[in-house]
Amino acid sequence: MSDALFTTQGLTRRFGGLTAVNDVAIALHRERLHAVLGPNGAGKTTLINLLSGDLPASSGRIFYKGGDISRLPPDRRSRLGIGRSYQKTNIFPAFSAFENCRLAAQSRAPRVFAIVSDALAQVPVCDAARRALDAAGLSARADMIASALSHGEQRQLEIAMVLATAPDVLLLDEPLAGMGAEEAQLMIELLRKLKTEHAILLVEHDMDAVFAVADTITVMVNGQVLESGPPAQIRASAAVRSAYLGDEAPG
Amino acid sequence: MTRRRIALAVAVLLLALFPLTGSAFYTELVTKVMILAIFALSLDLLVGYTGLVSFGHAAYYGVGAYVLGLMAPKYEAANLWLTLPVAIAVAGIAALAVGAFVVRVKGIYFIMVTLAFAQMFYFVFHDTAFGRGSDGISMNFKPTAAIGAFVPFDLANATHVYYFVFVLLALVFVFLRLLLRSTFGRALQGIRSNEHRMRSLGFPVYLYKLASFGIAGALAGLAGYLYALQFGFVNPELLSWHQSGNVLLMLILGGQGSLIGAVVGAFAFVAMEEIYSAVTTHWQLLLGATIIALVIFLPGGLASVAQRFQRKLIGGPPNE
Repeated sequence: MSDALFTTQGLTRRFGGLTAVNDVAIALHRERLHAVLGPNGAGKTTLINLLSGDLPASSGRIFYKGGDISRLPPDRRSRLGIGRSYQKTNIFPAFSAFENCRLAAQSRAPRVFAIVSDALAQVPVCDAARRALDAAGLSARADMIASALSHGEQRQLEIAMVLATAPDVLLLDEPLAGMGAEEAQLMIELLRKLKTEHAILLVEHDMDAVFAVADTITVMVNGQVLESGPPAQIRASAAVRSAYLGDEAPG
Repeated sequence: MTRRRIALAVAVLLLALFPLTGSAFYTELVTKVMILAIFALSLDLLVGYTGLVSFGHAAYYGVGAYVLGLMAPKYEAANLWLTLPVAIAVAGIAALAVGAFVVRVKGIYFIMVTLAFAQMFYFVFHDTAFGRGSDGISMNFKPTAAIGAFVPFDLANATHVYYFVFVLLALVFVFLRLLLRSTFGRALQGIRSNEHRMRSLGFPVYLYKLASFGIAGALAGLAGYLYALQFGFVNPELLSWHQSGNVLLMLILGGQGSLIGAVVGAFAFVAMEEIYSAVTTHWQLLLGATIIALVIFLPGGLASVAQRFQRKLIGGPPNE
C-alpha cells in the first residue's frame, strides 16, 4: 500500500450563505486513481479549485508530501509537483501545440536571466515538450495553432500541458468533456498509463471511464461526501444509486 | 520571412543614408522620430507583448530627460558616458517602484493606476522646486562624448547626433528581438495570452510583469535622455498624460505586438503631425479622424498591411 501523497482535512468553501464544499477529506496515493463523481452542482470543480489553489479554502487544510500547502498560491503548488487540467479548455489559443507544451515545460527550467538566448535552443525543455505531446498522442499536430485543433485534440493538449510540467499529482477536471467515443477510449488508455507514474484525482461525468480506471470513488452531493470506497462498493450502494446513478447503474 | 527581412534591410539602409540628403531640418526631424520610436518600442514590450496597457509611460521618459537636465552642470558639458547610464538606471528604478504596486492589478484598473502614478510624477516636477518647476531646465551645453582626451563624436553636430540615435535605435530593436525570443520573453507572451494558465503552470506571474515594467521604464528613460540631448531643454510636459497618450497612439497606428509596428507608428505619427499642421491649425482633428479610421478599417495597424496576405500555418508566439 503506497502512502498518501496528498490529503485534505475538513476542506470547506463557502460563498456567502452557500456552502459549496463541506468538510471534505480526500487522500491521493502514488499509482492510484481517485475519482470524484456527483451530479452538477455537487461541488466537484470547486473541490479541484481548492486543491489547485485557484480558490482559497474557507476552512480545513491540505497536505502534500507531509507539508501544509493550504495557504500556497497556484503557482507555488504547481512548482511543488501538483498539476491541474481544466474542464473548460484553458490553453494558449494563438500558439502552436508545441509552443503550448514548451511553455509548460519551461516552467520547470525558467532560466529567467537568460534574456538574450533563444528559447528554442533549450534542448531539455523542448524534449520534455515533445515527450508530453507524444504521451497525449498529439505528435502529428505539434505545429498546428492550438485554436485550429479539434475539440478532442484540444482536450488532449490540455493534458499534454500538465504532463509537460512533470508533476507527481494530477488533478484532472473532466478530461473527457465533449469527447466522442473513440477519443474517450484513447483518453481512458492514457489515464491507465498515467496511473503507473502519478497520483491522480479525476473528476468526471463519464461513468464507463470512471469505473474502468478508478481505484477509489468518492461520490459528492451538494458539497458533501455521500460515500467513498472501491468501485464495487459504490456500484452496490443503494444510497448512491438513489442520489445519483438512478437507473443507469453500470453493469 | 525573407521578404520581410529584405524590407527591413532596405528601411535600415534608407535610414542610414538619410543624412546625406543634406537637409538639416529633416535630419533633425528624423532624429526626433527615431527617439520617439525607442519610446514606442519600450511601451510595445509592455502593451504588445506582456499585455499591460500603461497610460503612464511618459513618467519614465520624463525621468530620463530630467536626469540629464539635473545632472548637467551650468558652466560645462555633462559627460555622456556618465549621465546616460544613470538616466537609464533611475528611470528603471522608478518603474520598478511604481510597478511593484501597479502590476498587482489588471485591466482597466491597471490603466488607471499607471495614469495616477504618472500624474504624481508630473506634479512633482511641475509644482516643486525639485525639477525647477514648470519652467523646466535649459541646458547650456550638449553633453560631451569625451573619454579622457579621445572624443569619438560631437553631440553638438546634428549629423553625429542622428547616427548616435540611429545606432541606439538599432541596438534597442535587436535587444528586444532577442529578449522576446528568450525564455523570459516567451513567458511574457504567455502571460499576455493567458495569465491564469501561466500561473497554474507554475510561473510567478507578478515577478515577470514587474520585470517587464522595469525594462520598459528603463528603455523609456533612454528615449527621454536622448530627447533632452537633442533639444537641450526639459520641462514637466514630458511626463504629461498627453505624452503617455501620444505614445499609445503610435502603437495603435503602427500595430502593437510587432516591433516594426512601434517604429512605423512613430514615423506615421510625426509624419501626420507635420503634414496636417501644414494644412490647418486644427491638425489634431485630422490626426484624430485618421486614427479612428485606422482603428475601424485596419485594426492591426499600418504594419499589418504586409501581413494581411500572409497565411500563418506554422505556430509560435507572434514575433518577426
